[in-house]
Amino acid sequence: MAKDYIIDIQHLSKSFGGVKVLDDINFYVRRGEFVTLLGPSGCGKTTLLRQIAGFIAPDEGKILLDGKDISGIPPYQRPLNTVFQRYALFPHLDVYDNIAFGLKLQKLPAKEIEARVKKMLKMVSMTDYEDRSVESLSGGQQQRVAIARALVNYPKVLLLDEPLAALDLKMRKDMQLELKEIHRKMGITFIYVTHDQEEALTLSDTIVVLNEGRIQQIGTPTDIYNEPVNCFVADFIGESNILKGRMIRDRRVAFIKQEFDCVDEGFGENVPVDVVVRPEDIYFTTDPAKCQFKAKVNSCTFKGVHYEMWVDTESGYELMIQDYDPYPVGTEVMLYIDPDDIQVMHKERTRNVFDAKVTDSGHVEMLGQSWDCEVPDGFAAGDEAVAEVRFEDVELLDHQEDGKIAGEVHFLLYKGDHYHLTILTEDGDHIWVDTNDIWDKGDLVGVDIPAKGIKLIRRND
Amino acid sequence: MKKVLAKCYLWLLLALLYAPLFFIAVFSFTESRVLGNWTGFSTKLYSNLFTGGMNGGASLISAVENTLLIALISAAFSTLLGTVAAIGIHNLKGRKRQTMQFLNNIPMINPDIITGVSLFLLFVFLGVSQGYLTVILAHITFCTPYVVLSVLPKLSQMNPNIYEAALDLGATPAQALRKVLIPELRPGMVSGFILAFTMSLDDFAVTFFTRGTIGLDTLSTYIYTDARKGGLTPELRPLMTLIFLIVLILLVVINIRQEKANKTVKSR
Repeated sequence: MAKDYIIDIQHLSKSFGGVKVLDDINFYVRRGEFVTLLGPSGCGKTTLLRQIAGFIAPDEGKILLDGKDISGIPPYQRPLNTVFQRYALFPHLDVYDNIAFGLKLQKLPAKEIEARVKKMLKMVSMTDYEDRSVESLSGGQQQRVAIARALVNYPKVLLLDEPLAALDLKMRKDMQLELKEIHRKMGITFIYVTHDQEEALTLSDTIVVLNEGRIQQIGTPTDIYNEPVNCFVADFIGESNILKGRMIRDRRVAFIKQEFDCVDEGFGENVPVDVVVRPEDIYFTTDPAKCQFKAKVNSCTFKGVHYEMWVDTESGYELMIQDYDPYPVGTEVMLYIDPDDIQVMHKERTRNVFDAKVTDSGHVEMLGQSWDCEVPDGFAAGDEAVAEVRFEDVELLDHQEDGKIAGEVHFLLYKGDHYHLTILTEDGDHIWVDTNDIWDKGDLVGVDIPAKGIKLIRRND
Repeated sequence: MKKVLAKCYLWLLLALLYAPLFFIAVFSFTESRVLGNWTGFSTKLYSNLFTGGMNGGASLISAVENTLLIALISAAFSTLLGTVAAIGIHNLKGRKRQTMQFLNNIPMINPDIITGVSLFLLFVFLGVSQGYLTVILAHITFCTPYVVLSVLPKLSQMNPNIYEAALDLGATPAQALRKVLIPELRPGMVSGFILAFTMSLDDFAVTFFTRGTIGLDTLSTYIYTDARKGGLTPELRPLMTLIFLIVLILLVVINIRQEKANKTVKSR
């Protein structure tokens, strides 16, 4: 089974200063595959790549290369090469010597080195540049040299750490195509790190989506785009309308206060879910028979290829629609969604759950604070309990010092009629909040929970 | 009007600063024993200096030799130690790095006389017999921080991935140091070396306290003794003029190098 996998990562974990950067990472890479590690900055993707390269040792877990654990082998003995984010060319060497660096260390005959370097220069279209100093090259050219310098050693796997991040858009697009072409020609396995979802969709055979040190989803670009498994993936990859919904029964789901046919099964009946509809999958129609719901256009922006419109549905939700034809602001429109285009996802959580301890008949201790709480009968002081807090019962305050707990808006999601926020407290706890107020990522907030919002439940219930 | 005054002030200041040097340079071209008496233009003091044809000429020449030798050896060792230390400090994080940089700065602002006396006491305490070795050790001690200071900026300018790139391409840490890190740091190391060399060259206090009683003289201690004996040997005038010129050239070289380095950084 493991034979086919050139890289097999098992239960990899890593902490820096007590903070878990990577948490039980498991995935494999097939020989010759183009795998992308995709995630926002700080998700651990670069740490993961650096562990594969050997610059950081994992705390736990194994990295298998061709079935052998390489976690203990220093980077200079791993048959892997890296293309670094800012190229990391050697400024004191010219183009030729940069590319020949690895081969010279291997003490190959000068003739062979020359032949291989020239071949590589040709591959990256940099013939005739061999005597140039690397500092005289443009960003794109430096990138080509960096790729050649890594590939000339014929690594088993090429690791690329956001190699195109420093290039401008046009150059980036060109280089994407070239990278894909190089990958095809050389047949070497690529592991590519990026935060650019479009780049990942364009280049990869397989995408591994990471967030907060955990793998969210592994799949082909089309899988990831069409069938995101959770709100994070749906929100991170492409544009999307993410809405609160309820699975009525198999193939029938309710959201924006009405029922739709869909193709998802196996969620059970009357189960709360999240629904994703891509903005290009909501269609305009003039046929009342096809119309599923009506809405009014409230903004329309030209985006080059398409128009991006926000509409207010009659049921009070706001949806994003992308279409080639514009509808002026104020127009009443009829809309429908194909069953195929409705992606239903399990809810990751339905409420906040905290460990709590009853201190007296009117107070509990949780999240490192003492809270007023209506302690139900049957609880005595000192009892351990579970406190449940609904998302909408958490109050956010403008000033950190006004709240019981200080926190920061860590992640936010618009769900058509409200925002779903993840608050990261100063102690590192997560609190989820539903709110109609507008906050931005990184806002510092005070958090308060009113007494009646805390529901105590006995443990092991 | 204001502008003219400001300019005058500046020139006056510069004149005051350079007058003594100018004075010595001018009077190095006359034979008079007493400084300030012009007895006609002559290059005899220069030729005396190079042929050793004067009173105590041999000890002056040996003092110059000692000075140069000590400066070269201590600058070389300081460069080595300082570079390694700078790499170490650079790789520290946050508070630790700040602390180390702070500790590195203290010996530089510490008065020479205190460095000299404390080293003297240390050598006595350890029972090291004082002479060449102790002077060189002392010079290395106070020169190393200057090398650290001139290598550190090179490290922070450097792309942090360069060292890793070398490892990635199969270089062992030692090879990466030799083939990538050192060539990258060379400009900082050279500046550090020159700085250390000049610091060692003009040191008096530290040398005075650590040279022991074997009669080891560097230029500065020689001049001190000489002046106490009654009047400066006139040949010191051309010697000082020459030293001033050499230091001036070194300074210009350092400045030009820095200018160049800044330019390449900007053009990146």
